[in-house]
This record gives sequence, structure tokens and C-alpha cells, in this order.
Amino acid sequence: MKIDKNTINKIARLSRIKLDDKESEDYIKDLNSILDWVEQLNEVNTENVEPLSNISSSILPKREDVSKDTNSSEEILENAPDKLEGFFVVPKVVE
Amino acid sequence: MNNLIKGEKHDWEMVIGLEIHAQVKSNSKLFSSSSTKFGSSPNSQVSLVDAAMPGMLPVINKYCVEQAVKTGVGLNAKINNYSVFDRKNYFYADLPQGYQISQYKYPIVGEGKVTIDFKDGTSKDIRIVRLHLEQDAGKSLHDQNPSKTYVDLNRSGVALMEIVSEPDIRTPDEAGMYISKIRSILMYLDTCDGNMQEGSLRADVNISVRKPGDEYGTRCEIKNLNSIKFIKQAINYEAKRQIEILESGGSIEQNTMLFNTSTGKTRPMRNKEEAHDYRYFPDPDLLPLEISKEEIGKIKSSIPELPDELKNKFIETYKLSNYDASVLTAEKQTSDYFNETINSDPELKNHAKIVVNWITSELFSLLNKNNQDLNNSPVSPENLGQLIKLISTNEISGKIAKDVLEDMFSSEKTARQIVDEKGLQQVTDQGEIAKVIDEVIAENPKMVEQYLAGKDKLLGFFVGQAMKLTKGKANPKMLNDILKQKLNKKN
Repeated sequence: MKIDKNTINKIARLSRIKLDDKESEDYIKDLNSILDWVEQLNEVNTENVEPLSNISSSILPKREDVSKDTNSSEEILENAPDKLEGFFVVPKVVE
Repeated sequence: MNNLIKGEKHDWEMVIGLEIHAQVKSNSKLFSSSSTKFGSSPNSQVSLVDAAMPGMLPVINKYCVEQAVKTGVGLNAKINNYSVFDRKNYFYADLPQGYQISQYKYPIVGEGKVTIDFKDGTSKDIRIVRLHLEQDAGKSLHDQNPSKTYVDLNRSGVALMEIVSEPDIRTPDEAGMYISKIRSILMYLDTCDGNMQEGSLRADVNISVRKPGDEYGTRCEIKNLNSIKFIKQAINYEAKRQIEILESGGSIEQNTMLFNTSTGKTRPMRNKEEAHDYRYFPDPDLLPLEISKEEIGKIKSSIPELPDELKNKFIETYKLSNYDASVLTAEKQTSDYFNETINSDPELKNHAKIVVNWITSELFSLLNKNNQDLNNSPVSPENLGQLIKLISTNEISGKIAKDVLEDMFSSEKTARQIVDEKGLQQVTDQGEIAKVIDEVIAENPKMVEQYLAGKDKLLGFFVGQAMKLTKGKANPKMLNDILKQKLNKKN
């Protein structure tokens, strides 16, 4: 796989990051070298091997279904750039 | 049954699949301890996990997992011992993490099926592809301010079960019956409260049209429908739209649609270039979810009687039709009410069909008219049972019983009380009925002549007159028999 200009633009858009031409070029170079390095793994034969998403042998910890009343609104909204009557206020996002 | 839509050139068939989102009934959220209570003040039930503060880690709610397994068993589905949580990435103001924790490749529940029952006594199986657990997003309010959106994260992180069907549905009615059946199963299992108005149960509808026998056409997805009425409306509109495009030589563009509930129309939500690329990958914060055979067995043994089992039991025990039994079992409160009514008197077991009719037509229409629910019905199952017994023992006629029921509904008196107080007992005394008939015959000599000359329809007139004189209390069968006898003797 090779990263080209189109791919880098798509990744930038998905990440909501604005890149100028110079930055795009730099990232194309960086990401391609990372991919080349990782692609060495393709030398290993993985036929009939299930993908592994975790190497830990521990079991997923679970909690009981107990709710904690936090009345969190003040704390949660503390860092909000804009708020009103307990709501976060953001630029209009409806289509 | 003809499920086709007439087009200008030929008939069309709809192909429909549903993705149902059912909110898991639990006290706390899927990965945090915040409350799931509906209708609290904005952002009051948001933990640092739900707000996606840096460094916060999700810990799964054991009960939500059990609820999903329970639902899977109720859908006759395969329970997977091993499932994985993935991140589904997208940007939206009410999704603070920037991704939704969901299950992609390895869902907790695999293939299953549910059966829907038609009025004509036939049934159809709708296959389920999968059920997976995921987080709900927050709520955005767009209509409070012309340039701003308000965000409430109380719902953010609440557990949802997404139930995906195969495209086995062919009509809007089938779609409605399918979601009603899922809702019914969820409510019997107590894994979802089934409240569509509050959004606890909502559906995305995938729909395409084709010439019968052809390959599937290109489909469109209508998002976020929260009533059965809207689901049917949206399907009808969208199918018509697609047929019009195809018949005028165009082709369908695969699109995500929104349904406008006030105009009854669908419109595309976003165009193809913007199509989401969710970049699913296993959530590194969560280990795979493993459930042992023992745990699944334990959950299976805790499952209550489900609508289909109960339906078969009703058919067998009370010789009810498939349709009657499915109406009775569609909602747990209805089957409970029926059980209590029929068990209130040993006699009633022989009159099950009458009991069904009095619950599903007479009582239901009174409840509807008064905007009430079976749960708070002013007529208790015992009282309804008493009324039906009065009918079955011929103490009162069915017609009078309707008035008595209305009286019971408003006064909350028992059937017995009302019948006694108002003297509504049926007249079953031969002599008394004969006397009334003699009176009617004597008063209407002309009518008698016409009747004897062959105008059979006049029999109804005599019945009506006699009923009037007895204030509707004469036993209708006896009245008819004696009347015919007397008239024919005149001949």
C-alpha cells in the first residue's frame, strides 16, 4: 500500500485537520516509511491464523449494574467554551 | 396473498430489512456507572467516561451483557461465546469520544429468527442476521436557536442492542408486524421497555424494489424512525419514489435518507462523496468478551414464557385460533389479563373465545376511547369474568352486557351489582315472552298480513317491537322461536 496525495487528503478530512501542501508532502513521506516498516510483517505466513487483537491473557473485568447519582452538569460543563441552561452550545450542525 | 405494487409497465416487489435499536433496560450505562433515567435535567447523568475525558477507561456492565444474551435466546439465535468491541469512528457534536464503541466482526449474538402471524391464519419467519451491543450517542437539539445546536450527553453511553434482520420483509405491514413482534419479545423478556415515544426502540429501514424474481435492486436506508406508523409511511413513500425513478429510465443511487414526519416524505441525508468511512478497529481499551456455556445456560434457564410458547399453549388449552392467540400474546399485559379473567371462574374455560372477544374488542375499544391502558383498567379481570359468566349462563343478553360493561367502566361497580340494581336479567319465561308477542301481533294486524303474504323481512320488525316492550331483556333465541311459531299458526 502506498500513501498518495488523495489518501493523505482523505485522512486529513476524516481527522478534521487542515494541511497545506508542504505538510501534505511531509506526511506522505512519513506515513509511507511507517507503512514500509510495518509491511515487513507480510513476510510471515499467516494463513489459517485468526487475527489477534489483544495479547493479554486476562479476562475482561465487569461491573455490577449499580448507578451512581452524580448530578454532574456543573463539573461536565466546566471546560465547555459555550453553555446554556445545562446544555453544551455548539455551532449549528444540522443538515 | 398479493404483495406487489402496480407500476406503469409491470408489478414491483419491495425488499425490506430492518435495523432495530433497542435500549437495554438497566440502571447504569454500558461502560460507566451513570444513571440511564429518562427525562432528567441536561448533562446531569454524565460521568467523566461518558464525556470522554482523557485517561478515562470503560468498564463493561455485566447486566447489560446478560440482557443481550437473554434477548438473543428470545430471538431463537446463536449466542457467541466470544465477541469483540470495536470503535466506529465519526465526528459529531453529540459523540464526545469521536467514536462509538460497537461490535463489528464478532457480535455477541448470531443468526436467529422470529415469526409473524397474519390475520388469515398463516405465518412467516423473518431471519435475524445478528444482535450486537453498542453505545448510544448524546442528544442534539437543533430547533432552539437559529445558529446553534444544544447538546445533552445524558444518553451518551447508554447500552443499545442493534438487531439486524435479513431482507425478508416484503410489505409495510410485514415491517410493522415484525417490529411489533420484536417489541413484544423484548417486553416479555424485560430487556427493553419498548417505549417508542421516548426513543427506547427505533429503527433504520433498508428498502429496494425489484421485478418479482429479479436480483435485489439498489437500496436506500431511511434513518431513525420511532413509530410503526412512520415506518409504514416512510416505506410506502420511498418505494413509490424508487419505482418512479426506475420506470422513467433512471437508476437508484444508494443513499441514506431522512423521513420528514410532517410531510410524509423522504430526502437524502448526505451525498455519496461524504459517505462515512467508519474505520472500525478493535477497541484497545477493552478485552474480548467471553461468556462460558455455564453462564449462557444459567441465563437460558431464567427466561420467562415467551409470546410464541404462550400462544401455542392458548391454542392447545382453549382451542383458540392462531390469530386470536397471537393478538392475546402480543403484549404481556394482555395475556396476563386474559389468564386472570379465564381463571377467575372454572366455568369460563369452556367459553374462551367469548372471553377473547370481550377483552380484545369490547374492553379494548372502551379503553381506547378513554385513552386508558389495560394496566389501569377500571374493570378488573375478575369483574369481566363475572360479566361473561352472566352472558354464558343466559342471565343477561350479549347486547345488554355491552351496556353493563360501559357502566362497570365508569362506575367501577361489579357486573352483578349493576344487573341486580337495574333489573337487567334476561326474560326467559316462556309465558311472559308469549304474552308480549301476542300484544305485538294484536297491535299490528296489517304487518301480520303482509308477513303472511310472503314479506319475510318483517320478522325483524316484530322482534324489534317485542324487544322494545321488554326493554331489550327478552332472550333473543326464545323470542325468535316463539314469534315464528305464533305467526305461522295464523296462516
